[in-house]
Amino acid sequence: MSDITPPKRPRRWMLYAPLGLAAAAGAGFYAMLQGLQDGSYDPRGVPSVLLGKPVPDFSLPALEGVDLPALAAADLRGPLPGPVLVNFWASWCAPCIIEHPQLMRLAREGIAVHGINYKDRVMEAGAFLQRHGNPYRRLGRDEPGRIAIDWGVYGVPETYLLDRQGMIRWRWAGPITADTLEKDLRPLLRRYA
Amino acid sequence: MIGELGHFALALGCILALAQAILPLIGAHRRDARLMALASPLAGAQLIAIASAFGALLWAFAVNDTTVSNVVLNSHSQKPLLYKFSGAWGNHEGSMVLWVLILALCGGAVAGFGRDLPSALQARVIGILGLIAAGFLGFIIFTSNPFERVWPPPMDGQGLNPILQDPGLAFHPPMLYLGYVGYAVTFAFAVAALLEGRVDAAWGRWVRPWSLAAWSFLTLGIALGSWWAYYELGWGGYWFWDPVENASLLPWLIGAALLHSAIVVEKRESLKIWTVLLAILAFGMSLLGTFLVRSGVLNSVHAFANDPARGVFILALLMAYVAGALALFAWRAPKLGGTGIFAPLSREGGLVLNNLLLCSIAAVVLVGTLWPMFADILFGAKISVGAPFFNAATAPLAIPLVAAMALGPMLAWKRADLAGALQRLWWVGALAVASAFLTLLVAGYHVWPALGFAAAAWLIFGAAADILDRIAAFRRPSQAWNRARGLPRAAWGGAIAHAGVGVMFAGLAGMGLATDALVALKPGEATRLAGYEWRLERIRDVQGPNWSARRATVTVLDGARVVTVLEPEKRFFPVGRMNTTEAAIHTNALRDLYAVLGDERDGGGVLRLHHNPLAPWIWFGAVIMALGGGLSLSDRRVRVSAPSRKAATAPA
Amino acid sequence: MTRWLFFCLLLALPAWAAVGDPNERLPDPAKEAIAREIGRELRCLVCQNQSIEDSDAQLARDLRRLVRERVAAGEDSAAVIRFVHQRYGDFVLLRPPVTAATMLLWATPILALGGGIAVIMLRRRRALAEAAALSPEEARRLAELDRGAA
Repeated sequence: MSDITPPKRPRRWMLYAPLGLAAAAGAGFYAMLQGLQDGSYDPRGVPSVLLGKPVPDFSLPALEGVDLPALAAADLRGPLPGPVLVNFWASWCAPCIIEHPQLMRLAREGIAVHGINYKDRVMEAGAFLQRHGNPYRRLGRDEPGRIAIDWGVYGVPETYLLDRQGMIRWRWAGPITADTLEKDLRPLLRRYA
Repeated sequence: MIGELGHFALALGCILALAQAILPLIGAHRRDARLMALASPLAGAQLIAIASAFGALLWAFAVNDTTVSNVVLNSHSQKPLLYKFSGAWGNHEGSMVLWVLILALCGGAVAGFGRDLPSALQARVIGILGLIAAGFLGFIIFTSNPFERVWPPPMDGQGLNPILQDPGLAFHPPMLYLGYVGYAVTFAFAVAALLEGRVDAAWGRWVRPWSLAAWSFLTLGIALGSWWAYYELGWGGYWFWDPVENASLLPWLIGAALLHSAIVVEKRESLKIWTVLLAILAFGMSLLGTFLVRSGVLNSVHAFANDPARGVFILALLMAYVAGALALFAWRAPKLGGTGIFAPLSREGGLVLNNLLLCSIAAVVLVGTLWPMFADILFGAKISVGAPFFNAATAPLAIPLVAAMALGPMLAWKRADLAGALQRLWWVGALAVASAFLTLLVAGYHVWPALGFAAAAWLIFGAAADILDRIAAFRRPSQAWNRARGLPRAAWGGAIAHAGVGVMFAGLAGMGLATDALVALKPGEATRLAGYEWRLERIRDVQGPNWSARRATVTVLDGARVVTVLEPEKRFFPVGRMNTTEAAIHTNALRDLYAVLGDERDGGGVLRLHHNPLAPWIWFGAVIMALGGGLSLSDRRVRVSAPSRKAATAPA
Repeated sequence: MTRWLFFCLLLALPAWAAVGDPNERLPDPAKEAIAREIGRELRCLVCQNQSIEDSDAQLARDLRRLVRERVAAGEDSAAVIRFVHQRYGDFVLLRPPVTAATMLLWATPILALGGGIAVIMLRRRRALAEAAALSPEEARRLAELDRGAA
């Protein structure tokens, strides 16, 4: 067959194509593994679509039995006196307990922290604040979880940072640990102060 | 003590594998018969070492040795023995040991059955297998020691995830690994051919049985996993296009292409370069799956391995083997000789079309699986690629593939007569069209199920037409029986596997017509679904070996006749404090009645009921495909190993 | 498969503990079918890689209810999907929208098929050219030899 005639100009590039693709994929995988270690690549992280935008319109009732004013979008429209945190939480959520001391510390430092209580019972939410302390200036109650959907919340706890113009600048899904507070949140609070 | 012996056996196996890699390869290079002769005994010794290590691991699980951390994390004394064993390979470390054990078995098989192979080719194949084994044994020893001790030993283990305590899942990983690792052998043959600079019919005849065996096992493994998802997860779904599922589908698709192109190498000594590339890619896809599942880069997987050090190690192995082989391919492939000339309309042309479409589908699945990760790293975009994408993107490729599947076997080698082939298939086409219209008539306007039934009829009757044609049943009916007996088993196997695909399509189409109901019933109340009356009798407590459960009793009636009594359960496993739902399924091979028990309230319970027409055919189809593969494997031409004189007289 | 399960169990245990709530389904089967089709396009963000129709995670339930409310109110599928997309971004869509970042993804079937056909054509043309480089008589004899070898 063609073995008899010597091949003229072999199209070498075609034979190199699989190697090139494999090498590119390998480089990509290596970048992912590196990113996994330094945190720049997180296969589970989902960015908020609200970044750089004002909060969606909403008005939530106050939590009965807790002496805190209710929360509405009007309270979060700029200009604000300083950066504001909005924290979605629930008494049944274990990571919320882990994050609570950090919220308390921020509140003591004078940062405005507002809360939205998500799918919770009134009694248990109140008891939670009594036991762990209350970091919130305003507290809205979102029992059906409908406002949370407007914010794009996909689990509790979840925390949003608003700048003085009332624009959402940062969203953290999961508990704010002491580490998160120092490494991620503090620099942002300074920047938007 | 046994654990230390197991660990030692792994280390010994690693050293033996290194020797098995280096000595025969040098021997083959220098044409040194003594070094080449070392290949088989070393492969045997490595097999014994790995088998001992695996035995030690099984022993630790069987006696519930709580000084071994792997046992503590994955087992419990109260577990049934089968699940103690399956717990041994139901975790990262243990499954890696199973992986290298199967690799060692393959090496042993090439050593044992490959005596008729040209000795240099055999030495090279065994050497490459040793190279692969050494890498993965190193991975186990350095990053994933299955015999790690804990001190002080806890009183008992933490138990295996209850959802994995299931007979279907006990055999799912071994089947999958038999498939994945089988492609290591075709890979080794491909690399050996590149090193030798020669591919001939004898090579094709050796690669074909291995790719057949690997593909058949992979088919069974994937089917087992999908069947388990169907009955265990309780949502009635069977395929989710999850990245981990896709990772097993990729070698299956490439392997199916390899299976077909190896025929062309064997029969026509054509498509050699392409076949070698497919053999490399099939194993590459197996390794890619291993990397995705165990490195943590995937969105879907996390619990198996979160250790980036493991990820880097596997990536290094993946690149060393696959990129190494592809570099060798780019360098040496031109030596393998060009493609023969054949008309586009020919058996070869049909097989090329099959390869083109299968590989295009594989490309879609591969890119769809990896794109979310690469879009993230390249553009910072977070996207999802799920079932709607895969269905939309693969269907236009699957339709011509199905169309060609019945047609291809009717075409003659080199130059075929399309009109003649179509003439012999006209009744098959008519039946396919009739099935589609019948579906629309009976079930209403459901396009995809109608197409699915058309595909099923086309493939099943197309396979029948192929066999009838080969035995000349219409032209010379008196000799048909003798011709049928004389027909090579490979011909039967091919037709049966194609019919199996058709049976699977019928199941998929049937599931497209599935109906379900979600109802809250009190004892004595009933609901109607799919023409049956489903009556909840009672809900009560039951006690199992390592679980307690609430069990509902649902009587299904067709008029006054009791069809079946379904008993779905909600199980609670105290060890690990986990709940599982156990769906109750009644099948009569034509449809499944499927019930799941949900929350209980006000003395009643929530039930989700499904009527799934032809659901079991999905897995029957897979079993038939694997049987077809097995039958081809038993063909005399394949079984009797390639005569070495053929290699000698191959065109130089 | 196995691994996927481990993961899902970690995040969304309730997915296996419950089967859904009859009250959440729409009484009109046609509208329920539309809602289900929409639900299969939307990803349950907590239990990764399942659609909201296939999961019983809390968020999936909420989104299922939301989809059904909007369908019941007479909104068309595109509007419902747009509503969820605006809140959760591209990540929630199991059928990724065509953007600069997904062009290559959506082009894969055409690229793979087209590329494959191009390679086959190129190789064939070269093989034919090689055959034609022989004299027509040689080519004919070669073809004959070829046939004889089969």
